[in-house]
Amino acid sequence: MSVNFGSKRVVTGAHYGLRDWMAQRATALLMALFTVILLAQVIFSSGPITYEVWAGIFAAQWMKVLTFVVILALLYHVWVGTRDIWMDYVKPVGLRLTLHLFTLVWLVACAGWSIQALWRL
Amino acid sequence: MTQLKKQRPEFRNINALKDLTTYRLPPAGWVSILHRVSGLLMFIFMPFIIWMFDKSISSELSYEYLTSAFSEGVSIYPGWFLKLVALALIWAYLHHFVAGVRHLYMDATHAVSKEFGKSSAIATLAIGVVLTVVLGAKLFGVY
Repeated sequence: MSVNFGSKRVVTGAHYGLRDWMAQRATALLMALFTVILLAQVIFSSGPITYEVWAGIFAAQWMKVLTFVVILALLYHVWVGTRDIWMDYVKPVGLRLTLHLFTLVWLVACAGWSIQALWRL
Repeated sequence: MTQLKKQRPEFRNINALKDLTTYRLPPAGWVSILHRVSGLLMFIFMPFIIWMFDKSISSELSYEYLTSAFSEGVSIYPGWFLKLVALALIWAYLHHFVAGVRHLYMDATHAVSKEFGKSSAIATLAIGVVLTVVLGAKLFGVY
């Protein structure tokens, strides 16, 4: 029996399985809906997709808010997926936790940049 | 089971170099691992995707810059290379999306038979590739 309590405790996390599983499904559904909404706007626009048409889609306030929500949904969705990958293949705890940290910083930075680009419009 | 079972190879304690290369993955297995690979690919290329989004909506000039990037190239990356990366990302998104929908269907119905598992897996792989070819043709200027 390995000693993994007190000072020998190994940080792996626990009790978040169902919440994250559900969150992945919910965010996936939301993003799928967003894809359909975006595709519909692109397909049903008349003429070639110029800058005006494309940026116009993201200029509407409701679209900005929806895209913002989808970016946050994507953040959570990708976190769960990538954390699962690290958990499956990276056994050394120190390395895995470092990758977790890197992943979170990467994702938050990506979210921040995309929201900045979205709201510059 | 009273019939004689065929002697099948056993895989315990899977060695990446010896076993993964000889293991025959069923179609559902391919869909699954490609679902993971496509996800990871999009994760790695997220900055590129956001860069494209940023350029595409910031201004007419940046939009022009982006569209020309796929023919003239950007810094050290030639146009055709950017197109190939975009094609890989298109496949990644399409496969991930279709395999994801398959997952949601399995979660919702709890009633997937083994045969449906195989047929839906083949359909997923096919739809992903076909749509990638269709969109890729548009990207490479075929129509």
